[in-house]
Amino acid sequence: MSQFAINLLFVGASFALYIGIAIWARAGSTSEFYAAGRGVHPVTNGMATAADWMSAASFISMAGLIAFTGYDNSSFLMGWTGGYVLLALLLAPYLRKFGKFTVSEFIGDRFYSQTARIVAVVCLIVASTTYVIGQMTGVGVAFGRFLEVSNTAGLLIGACVVFAYAVFGGMKGVTYTQVAQYCVLITAYTIPAIFISLQLTGTPIPALGLFGEHAASGEPLLAKLDAIVTELGFAEYTAHHADTFNMVLFTLSLMIGTAGLPHVIMRFFTVPKVSDARWSAGWTLVFIALLYLTAPAVGAMARLNISELMWPNGGIDGGAVTVQQIENDAEYDWMATWQKTGLLDWEDKNGDGQIQYYNDKNADLQAIAAEKGWEGNELTKFNRDILVLANPEIANLPSWVIGLVAAGGLAAALSTAAGLLLAISSAVSHDLIKGAINPNISEKSELLSARVAMAVAIAVATWLGLNPPGFAAQTVALAFGLAAASIFPALMMGIFSTKINNTGAVAGMLAGLTVTLIYIFLHKGWLFIPGTNSFTDADPLLGTVKSTSFGAIGAAVNFAVAYVVASMTKETPDEIKALVESVRVPRGAGAAQDH
Amino acid sequence: MSDNSSNAAYWSANVRIILISLVIWALVSFGFGILLRPMLAGISVGGTDLGFWFAQQGSILVFLALIFFYAWKMNKLDAEHGVDEE
Repeated sequence: MSQFAINLLFVGASFALYIGIAIWARAGSTSEFYAAGRGVHPVTNGMATAADWMSAASFISMAGLIAFTGYDNSSFLMGWTGGYVLLALLLAPYLRKFGKFTVSEFIGDRFYSQTARIVAVVCLIVASTTYVIGQMTGVGVAFGRFLEVSNTAGLLIGACVVFAYAVFGGMKGVTYTQVAQYCVLITAYTIPAIFISLQLTGTPIPALGLFGEHAASGEPLLAKLDAIVTELGFAEYTAHHADTFNMVLFTLSLMIGTAGLPHVIMRFFTVPKVSDARWSAGWTLVFIALLYLTAPAVGAMARLNISELMWPNGGIDGGAVTVQQIENDAEYDWMATWQKTGLLDWEDKNGDGQIQYYNDKNADLQAIAAEKGWEGNELTKFNRDILVLANPEIANLPSWVIGLVAAGGLAAALSTAAGLLLAISSAVSHDLIKGAINPNISEKSELLSARVAMAVAIAVATWLGLNPPGFAAQTVALAFGLAAASIFPALMMGIFSTKINNTGAVAGMLAGLTVTLIYIFLHKGWLFIPGTNSFTDADPLLGTVKSTSFGAIGAAVNFAVAYVVASMTKETPDEIKALVESVRVPRGAGAAQDH
Repeated sequence: MSDNSSNAAYWSANVRIILISLVIWALVSFGFGILLRPMLAGISVGGTDLGFWFAQQGSILVFLALIFFYAWKMNKLDAEHGVDEE
C-alpha cells in the first residue's frame, strides 16, 4: 500500500470515529449545545479540555519553533502551561460557582451592565478569530501534505471539513469527540517521539532522552546538538540569546492569555461542582503536560537528525549530502514529498552536486564558504510548521506511524477550531442576539444564528489564513495577547475586587484591547493585510517588545485604567458586592441557571 | 450560608494560599527558567544547566504540583470553614 493510501486510511478512520460520536451525542437543547448538561467528570473534562486547548500550534508548530531556536523558545512551553496555574487559582472555581454559560454573561452580571457584556463579546470574538486564523494555517499545512496538494488547496479543503464538523454537534458532541481526539493526538505525538528517542539515546521516554546520552557518540545529547549546530554557524541550542525583557513579557502574555481564552474557560462551566473545577484544571494540565514534556525532546532530536542528514559524513569535513542522494535514497524521500507543498525547497547554487546547509550570515562560515566555493545556504526553504509532521519520515519510521501523525495533527487542529467556533457562535447568538438585541428569540432561531456566526467566522479566518501573519504558533500567540489584554483582567478584578464598577471595567477592557490591537496591527499589518505595517518585530516600536509579547502590557493598561476610572465614578451597588461575596464561597453552587 | 466574619476569614486564608502559590509559580518560570538562569549555570544537567531544565521541563512539573496542591488544600479549607458544597 502506498504512503498516500495509508495516510488516507488513518485520517479517514479517525474522522469516521469523531463524526460517529458527534451524531450519537448530538445536542438536543440549547443548554446541551453550550454546556453538555454539566454531567461531565473532571478527568473526562480534563481530557477534552486538553484536546480543545492543544491545537495546531502545540501539535504541528511548537516543536518546530523550538527546534530551530532552542532555549529561547522555551517561552511557549512555560507560557502555555503556566497559564493553567492562573486559571485554577484565580478563575475556574469562582466562575463555576457563578453558574452561567458564557464568560460574557459573568462580565455582564458582575459589572451590571449590558455594555460590559457586549464589550466582552467583542473582545472574545477578536481573540478567538485570530486564534482560528492560526489553526487554519496549521490545517493548510496538514491537509496540503496528506492530500499531496498545494498549501492553499489544503487550507480550503480543511476549512470545509472544520465547518461541517463544528456545525453538527454542540458542546456535548464536542466533549466526547474531543476525548477521542485527545487519545488520537497524544498517541500520534508520542509514538514517533518514542521511536526517535530509542534510536538516538536508547531511552523509551523522550523527556528523559532529551537530557540523556547520545548513543552513537556517548556524549550528552544536548552537548552533541550544540556542537553540530555551532559547527554549521547557527546559534548554540541551549544558550540564551533572546532579549531577556521580551522573553519575560512574551512568557507572561502567553500565561495570562491562556487564562483569558473563552473556549478554555467555558470548559470549567461544564463540571458538576466547584471542587471539581479545581481538580479539572489539574487534570487538564496532566494531559497537556504529556505532550509538552515530549515537545522539547521532539524539537531537539529532529534538529539533530536534520543536521546529520544534511551532513551525512560526520560534519563539514566529510562533505554535504549530494543531490543524487536526495533524489534516489529512501532516507531522503521526505524531502521530495514536502517539496510538493511548497514549504520545503533546496537549490544547488554553486552547481557542485551537493546541498550545503549552513548559516550563511555567520562570518566564520562565510570564510569557510569562500574557501570551499559555496555560494550560500542551499537548503533554501524549511518552513518550521512542517517539522513535526515530517519528523517520522525524517527519522525513517514505518509508514503507519506517518499515517498516525497525519491523523493526530488534524485532530489537534480540528478539535481547537471546533471549540473556538463554538465559543464565537455562543457569544453571538446567546450574548449578543438573545442577551442584547432580541431576548424573546426562539430556541430554533438562536441555534440558527449560532451556526450562521460559525460560518462567517470560518470564512474570515480562511481568507486571512491564506496570508497568515506568522507560523501557526506565532499567530496563535497574538490571539493570546489579545485575550490577556482584554478578558483576563476583567474576570480577575470581577472576583478579587469589589471596587471595580461598571464604567471601570468597560474602560479597562476597551483600553487593553485597543492598545494591544493597535500595537499588533502596527507590526503585522492592519487586519493582518501584508504590507500595511509600519514596524517589524525585528525592530519594534517600543524597545525590544515584539507584537507577540505586548499582551502583558495591554493587561497592565487594562488593570490601571479600570482602577483609575472606577475610583472616579459611582461606587459598586450593594447587591453586586453581595454577588461577589457569594461567588467567593463554594457553598450553594447549584445547577446552572439560564435567564 | 455561614456568617460573614467566617466567610471573610475563609477568603483571606484563600488569598494567602494563592499568593504563596503564585510566588512559587513565578520563581520556577521567570526566576529559575529565565532571570536566575546564570546563577544556576554551575549545576549541570544532561549536557546543559539546571536553568535550561527548568525552562523546558521543571517549571511544567512544578505547575502541576501547584494546581493539585491548591485543589487539595482548598477542598480541606472549604470543609473547615463550613462553606463546602453539600
